[in-house]
Amino acid sequence: MELLANLALGFDTAFTLTNLLYCLAGVALGTLIGVLPGLGPVATIAMLLPVTFGLPPVSALIMLAGIYYGAQYGGSTTAILVNLPGETSSVVTALDGYQMARQGQAGKALATAAIGSFFAGTVATFLLAVFAPPLAEFALKFGPAEYFSLMVLGLIASVVLAHGSLLHAIGMIVLGLLLGIMGTDVNSGMARYTFDLPELADGISFVVLAMGMFGLGEIIRNLEHEEVRSAMVTKVSGLMPSKADFKRIAAPILRGTGLGAVLGILPGGGAILAAFAAYSVEKKISPNAAQFGKGAIEGVAAPESANNAGAQTSFIPMLTLGIPSNPVMALMIGALIIQGIQPGPMVMVEQPALFWGIIASMWIGNLFLIVLNLPLIGLWVRLITIPYHVLYPAILVFCAIGVFSINNREFDIYLMALFGLLGYVFAKLDCEPAPMLLGFILGPMMEEYLRRALLISRGDPLVLVTRPISATMLALAVVALFLVLMPAFRKTREEAFQEEE
Amino acid sequence: MPVIRSPKDFWAGLIYLAVGLFALYVAQDYAMGSAVRMGPGYFPKVLGSLLALIGLIALVRGLLRPGEAIGRLAWRETLIVLGATMLFGLLLRGGGLVLSLVVLVVASAYASRRFKLKPAVLLAAGLAAFCVLVFIKGLGIPLALLGRWF
Repeated sequence: MELLANLALGFDTAFTLTNLLYCLAGVALGTLIGVLPGLGPVATIAMLLPVTFGLPPVSALIMLAGIYYGAQYGGSTTAILVNLPGETSSVVTALDGYQMARQGQAGKALATAAIGSFFAGTVATFLLAVFAPPLAEFALKFGPAEYFSLMVLGLIASVVLAHGSLLHAIGMIVLGLLLGIMGTDVNSGMARYTFDLPELADGISFVVLAMGMFGLGEIIRNLEHEEVRSAMVTKVSGLMPSKADFKRIAAPILRGTGLGAVLGILPGGGAILAAFAAYSVEKKISPNAAQFGKGAIEGVAAPESANNAGAQTSFIPMLTLGIPSNPVMALMIGALIIQGIQPGPMVMVEQPALFWGIIASMWIGNLFLIVLNLPLIGLWVRLITIPYHVLYPAILVFCAIGVFSINNREFDIYLMALFGLLGYVFAKLDCEPAPMLLGFILGPMMEEYLRRALLISRGDPLVLVTRPISATMLALAVVALFLVLMPAFRKTREEAFQEEE
Repeated sequence: MPVIRSPKDFWAGLIYLAVGLFALYVAQDYAMGSAVRMGPGYFPKVLGSLLALIGLIALVRGLLRPGEAIGRLAWRETLIVLGATMLFGLLLRGGGLVLSLVVLVVASAYASRRFKLKPAVLLAAGLAAFCVLVFIKGLGIPLALLGRWF
């Protein structure tokens, strides 16, 4: 059994004391930022990237991954207890979770969320272990043309599945691609868009971009609608759901896990889309549909399972193809590159311990999360009462020191401030920053693959459509683009995200 | 009836158009290369044109199709937060980490409507102690506690 041997290698790697500690640190930090509204996983991971430079690659990635799925757990805690989703992916959990808490069932809602998440996490880890190797093997056959087309498909799909205006999503991607190719061109040695600034010779660091757009931009947005958070927190009691509750949540957890796992793999997917979709589906088919929005336990179980499953399966394209499906994965790719590891299908072949270690650590991390979240719930509840006006100066400090420490220069701090301004302006114009970050990471890769594809084909651009795999992916991209322009599909797409309002 | 019917579309379009045209203008000196050997100018020019086109579409759409207003811009908060961040960079070498950090925390905290001087100073002191321990002592980031001005 190759799968078992691989998993054994993974658990061997993840079970060293150091890696267990980094895993614990990651999920604890993830829970913390999940609980604290106004601080998301993208900004946190960007802040911590400079710190991980000195760590071994496995430990660094185990910790960063833990932050991402840990945040899904923490986000649901605040959503249920104070109706304030710590993360976007727990917005739908707040709908029914908070109602349950108001009816004195806070403990049950929290336990349901934790059980659903743990189950989904276990299944998703297993799926990752089963599906990643064949996908990576398939991807080994890819040439530059296939990679270019795959990235086009990935970017288009992320537009289709994201919410908000299509045109602006495409605009932000192209803007990101342009920003991504700034700096010295690897082939000709020509400095592009550097404006004779030596600091820009290596291009813009994606940490600077991410911290500016997601960290600083978010702070200004939050200050604009600064509200006094109610410190009123319901007492948590009666953690365990009854047998009847288990019967009610079993099917929603299964459906949520399945839906989340599938949506997590898709580009642009991940935890947020998974949670929204699972809630809408459950609302349509549940026998207790009338109770939704008034404290239905199914309305907590399904989206919580889905967002955790989605968070984990979104690692599949990142680990096997080297393609990010959401901004967090884009940062993970950046972390790999910083560690000197070229992301792509070769990671599994050349670094099996890293690959399987991360997968195994996710399951261990989920176990940590159950322990961290259920018995220690009181500790996290107290953290909710930290007011934002104390929190954001601290975030600013960590952003500024983090950005400075990448290259030890002030220039990056000023650049981060500039991107903070851009992030705020674009947010006001309803332009999502996530597609821009994807484009930013993929820009240089796409140019390089296109260049190589044309070199191999002796300048014939038709190579992109004459190779079958590449042609299929481009065809899918065209179909996806047409679909989204059709009025019927457009309506469904808008419905999927309507719960957010 | 206002000329700009959807300000969000219009202004985003204007930004795309401006950036796209600027990218094209700067890239005119970059070689296009041949079909076999794509030059450094090929990708920027394609992207610049695409962005300008998207911008144009959004801009025209902003004139034709009604949309939401942009709403109040938080200029005061933006200026304070970004200004405090820049100030941190300016003071870092000369003043050292402790001074620039205290300035950053107290100045940025002023952006909040719930700002009070005493808690802000306390917060700054706590963060300074934490950062000195973690970043300078722990992670060894080459930063002076007190800069060359002292």
